[in-house]
Amino acid sequence: MISSAVIFSALELGFLYALVALALFLSFRVLNIADMTTDGAFTLGCAVSATIAVAGHPLLALPAAMLCGACAGGVTALLQTKLKIPSILAGIITNTGLYTVNLAVMGFSSNVNMMRSETLFTLVQPYLGKVYKLLPVALITLTLGVLLVLFLKTRLGLSIRATGDNPDMVRASSINTGFTITVGLCIANSLTALSGAVLAQYQKTADINLGTGMVIIGLASLIIGETLMPRGRLWRKALGAILGSIIYRFIIALALRMDLPSECLKLISATIVALAIGLPAIKGAMKPATKNAVKEGN
Amino acid sequence: MLKLSNLSKTFNPGTVNEKKALSNVNLELAKGDFVTILGSNGAGKSTLFNAIAGSFPVDEGTIRLDGVNITNQPDYKRSKYIGRLFQDPLKGTAPNMTIEENLALAYMRASEGSSPFSMISRRERKEFRERLSQLELGLEDRMESPVGLLSGGQRQALTLLMATVVTPKLLLLDEHTAALDPATAEKVLALTQSIVAENQITCLMITHNVPSALALGNRTIMMRNGTITLKLSGKERKAMTTQRLLDLFHSQGLESDRILFSAGPES
Repeated sequence: MISSAVIFSALELGFLYALVALALFLSFRVLNIADMTTDGAFTLGCAVSATIAVAGHPLLALPAAMLCGACAGGVTALLQTKLKIPSILAGIITNTGLYTVNLAVMGFSSNVNMMRSETLFTLVQPYLGKVYKLLPVALITLTLGVLLVLFLKTRLGLSIRATGDNPDMVRASSINTGFTITVGLCIANSLTALSGAVLAQYQKTADINLGTGMVIIGLASLIIGETLMPRGRLWRKALGAILGSIIYRFIIALALRMDLPSECLKLISATIVALAIGLPAIKGAMKPATKNAVKEGN
Repeated sequence: MLKLSNLSKTFNPGTVNEKKALSNVNLELAKGDFVTILGSNGAGKSTLFNAIAGSFPVDEGTIRLDGVNITNQPDYKRSKYIGRLFQDPLKGTAPNMTIEENLALAYMRASEGSSPFSMISRRERKEFRERLSQLELGLEDRMESPVGLLSGGQRQALTLLMATVVTPKLLLLDEHTAALDPATAEKVLALTQSIVAENQITCLMITHNVPSALALGNRTIMMRNGTITLKLSGKERKAMTTQRLLDLFHSQGLESDRILFSAGPES
């Protein structure tokens, strides 16, 4: 029922979007900030990558996109730490502004076609054969996953983790939370932008709306991963985020297979995230009810 | 060593909720002084600590530490040389990080020069182990477990170690044993004494326990309505008894509030 082509594309997209899940692992789980910059940063990555690839530099496009993503994260962090704007609002403000920036990057056009340009994948296609798409995306994601975990074990990484874990304590241990939040958001958004950059080259097109809802898709992947790896070290958690993203893509592939219109996917994603994050509250609400039921029974 | 001159702070100035939390506080500490602070709720004890630690800017006055004016320094910079413990044992440690990682964070104050991208070294790990074993809580064998799994007393002992792993110039203890059960409180207090004595740390300690306020340290001050109303040291302090101090307190017109002045038997 599921052809190998479907499995391949689910794996490819799973690894590809796993970068967003890793980014949200850093911002949402480690730093405890719901970073709404994600959607815009993803599109920014697409736009930068497509524009530079069309200009003939598909490989340069990737670090360039990461740098731009980091800048976007930096703006959100600045709004939050210097101007004291609440974190969610800060992300939404940057995200809104990015719409114009993203259009500008694509030459004030809502999409860029890369059909005739070289991409990362066309460059490696002659050497890799069938896995010319899967291998590069898997390598990029796994490498960055490893780097992220290693980074979180450094002094700076420890400070960032503590910032999300206990801000009171962090200020009492001579760490500037403004700085750690900024570094964390820059890294998270550079990962998100890289995901967008690879996607643009993967599907040979960039579109202004590609990033819409990305934060929810990333969260859904992250949460699926957490259900798989409920506790454990950083390694397990990062791996969980990547696996979660792959499983999410398989779920989507199955849904499409069952002739579910693709327009429904966002609603499904939103429902998964709402249910998963709300699960503790739902469980809590159920408990007293069952207690009362027992009492009445007695 | 620490010199507070004319320190004042008013919260919500110009509103009905205006509260003069500190008014003209003057205090001078010599190196190695261990000062216990008594006072009812709202007397300004914690506000004094917040002012010294830099949690908010003061309205008036100056704070000097070792001759350096730190009045306008942000809190995270002051915490390089001011250690602080709160009543809530959960405030001082990061629950989802391991014991070792928490200690590494505290240790960063000393490793100013090292790269932010360096990791915990084997040498540091060994030192953490040794320091942890001094607590005699068996934590040295659990360095890889998350701090969230520890009990309140263990967490407070760890926080104490973190605050002193790099010897601070000044240690602020804000009722740090009040939330612990009596046996654990005693243990943490004994640990505090030995660590403070061993490293000759200048220390301010807020307590609601009059006997221990008189027994610990070498000076005692009493606060009321944002001012220091009594300073005891030397012979005068030696001659002071719990009962006389309580009488003094009441004679200052103390309203009955949550006085936790457990006037238990003097130790």
